[in-house]
Amino acid sequence: MADHANMISITGLNKWFGDFQVLRDVDLHVARGEVIVILGPSGSGKSTLIRCINRLEEHQQGTIVVDGIQLTHDLKNIHEIRSEIGMVFQQFNLFPHLTVLDNITLAPIQVRRLAKADALAEAMALLETVGIPEQANKYPLQLSGGQQQRVAIARALAMKPKIMLFDEPTSALDPEMIKEVLDVMLDLARSEMTLLVVTHEMGFAREVADRLVFMDAGEIVEVATPDTFFDNPRTDRAKLFLEQIL
Amino acid sequence: MATTAQTFPSASPSRQAFGWIKGNLFGSALDTVLTVLMLTGLVLVANPFFTWVTETAEWPVIRANLTLMAKGRYPIESIWRIWIVVGMCGLLAGLLFSTYGSWLSRPSLTTTVLPLLLMAVPIISNEARMALAAVFLAIAVGQVVGIFGPERHMKRAALWYMVLLLPSAIIVLRGFGETGPFQLVPTRHWGGLLLSILLSASGIIVSYPLGILLALGRRSSLPILKSLCIIYIEFIRGVPLISLLFMSVTMLQLFLPAGFPQIEGIIRVGVAITLFSAAYVAENVRGGLQSIPNGQYEATWALGLNKAQSMMFVILPQALKAVIPVNISQFISLFKDTTLVALVGITDLFGIGRAVLGNPDWLGTHREVYFFIGALFWVMNYTLSYGSRKLEQALNTDNPGRD
Repeated sequence: MADHANMISITGLNKWFGDFQVLRDVDLHVARGEVIVILGPSGSGKSTLIRCINRLEEHQQGTIVVDGIQLTHDLKNIHEIRSEIGMVFQQFNLFPHLTVLDNITLAPIQVRRLAKADALAEAMALLETVGIPEQANKYPLQLSGGQQQRVAIARALAMKPKIMLFDEPTSALDPEMIKEVLDVMLDLARSEMTLLVVTHEMGFAREVADRLVFMDAGEIVEVATPDTFFDNPRTDRAKLFLEQIL
Repeated sequence: MATTAQTFPSASPSRQAFGWIKGNLFGSALDTVLTVLMLTGLVLVANPFFTWVTETAEWPVIRANLTLMAKGRYPIESIWRIWIVVGMCGLLAGLLFSTYGSWLSRPSLTTTVLPLLLMAVPIISNEARMALAAVFLAIAVGQVVGIFGPERHMKRAALWYMVLLLPSAIIVLRGFGETGPFQLVPTRHWGGLLLSILLSASGIIVSYPLGILLALGRRSSLPILKSLCIIYIEFIRGVPLISLLFMSVTMLQLFLPAGFPQIEGIIRVGVAITLFSAAYVAENVRGGLQSIPNGQYEATWALGLNKAQSMMFVILPQALKAVIPVNISQFISLFKDTTLVALVGITDLFGIGRAVLGNPDWLGTHREVYFFIGALFWVMNYTLSYGSRKLEQALNTDNPGRD
């Protein structure tokens, strides 16, 4: 079962919300260090798909294997997989009662059992990489949306994940703040990190994606390189989608 | 007001006051009519009230029974032990203000000078004045230790001291042994304001964590634990406190095995009040837990925190902060509800009031006694509510610059 060539292997994934099927026979294999951008109209199951990978949503059929570990109901197993995956949400989901530094160091101290001084040093280094070291002692709600999302990225990176999931990271941002977040993501995409990004930022998708995954109505309709997808989409549904957004 | 002051920087204070009155009280014809009606009403009510307070009322009843109201039948030769407990509280207050807040803040300074102000009250005895001076010293010592001690250790020490304060206060008050300075004072002799405060303080301190546990139990995924918590909460909330008090005083002993030592009445009502309050705290906290958006849980899970860590470090702190106002309301009503113990024969402040009125020497002084007791309760509850507002402001992280 173990699939060491791929970082993530999803086979035959089916998921229902009640009677409504949100994911249909999804197969997706992601190589180490690959950058995958998932596109599709809203309600197509993009977010649900990446939320299944770290078990924020439970799937009913199919298998998910992350870095050789198969996702099962076993809590220990779920924790093991979650510790390999960082996630960034549309609504940031920072902890409003903790300072920026405490947001970043909470999980390293509690889960990785890091000493406080080491965790603080790592957190400051991460804040440097995302470009807001001067905000370290503020509370999240005192920051702009773009700054909050960069803190959220730093918080996820502090767990030293091998995979980062981005669930529409710029959709809740004012237009002038989108670039500062995309720049941070761009740096990540050029690193060794495996990235799965759900987004509507076509420029970003075109620039960084190794492969684009186009979903509609719970299915993967098309998987292609950005150039092929944007210039010569194979399916009608992809053509229609591109006409609507471009 | 602020804009007026900015527009006319040179306006004298009296002019500003005049402008405010004109703008807010006589702004329109309707405003003027309402203002005149309200003022007439106020004068009609307030005038007889002030005449009563200053001329008619028989205040000697308060002066003569002040000590009794303060401590009930607690022996006068051991009264210094009560003052020690007050001093212990003062020390804690000083320590808390200087470590967690600022010793220069208004609440801190008010607390510090309060004993000195009380010393100036005419009906206070000279012994009490000396004790108040000692309490002032205790607060000051707490402040100084908190200011000059190493911050991290002081904060931790203050928390431990807070946890240990109630048990140690009870040991000091109750004492032990047949003789000696800390001779046993059975709890049936405790009374008055002392007892009211002890019952409510222990009720608040114990019911708060108990209520949190019940709220967590009610949301637990373990079906038996969950049902037990629901049954407990719904049973207690469906029953009036007075019936719980009667049950604890008259029926509890019947259910205990034969030969089980008699439990002291004050402990029984204390437990009843605590269990009662815990059910309400549990529902408040449950409301707080529900107000936390799902994204907070998801963020903790995505970071690999387990359920306990997620609750402890992220969900509960936010939920408890959100329900400070409702919990304080609950504690204020608990404080007032302790007066019900007077109906099961326990002489708290209200019970002492009734006892005083039963004394033929003080016939016909109902108004004075009840007014005094009411005023005391109001002062204490207002302090509680003021303190909770300050606490909320201190914990506000949305915009900490705001006051």
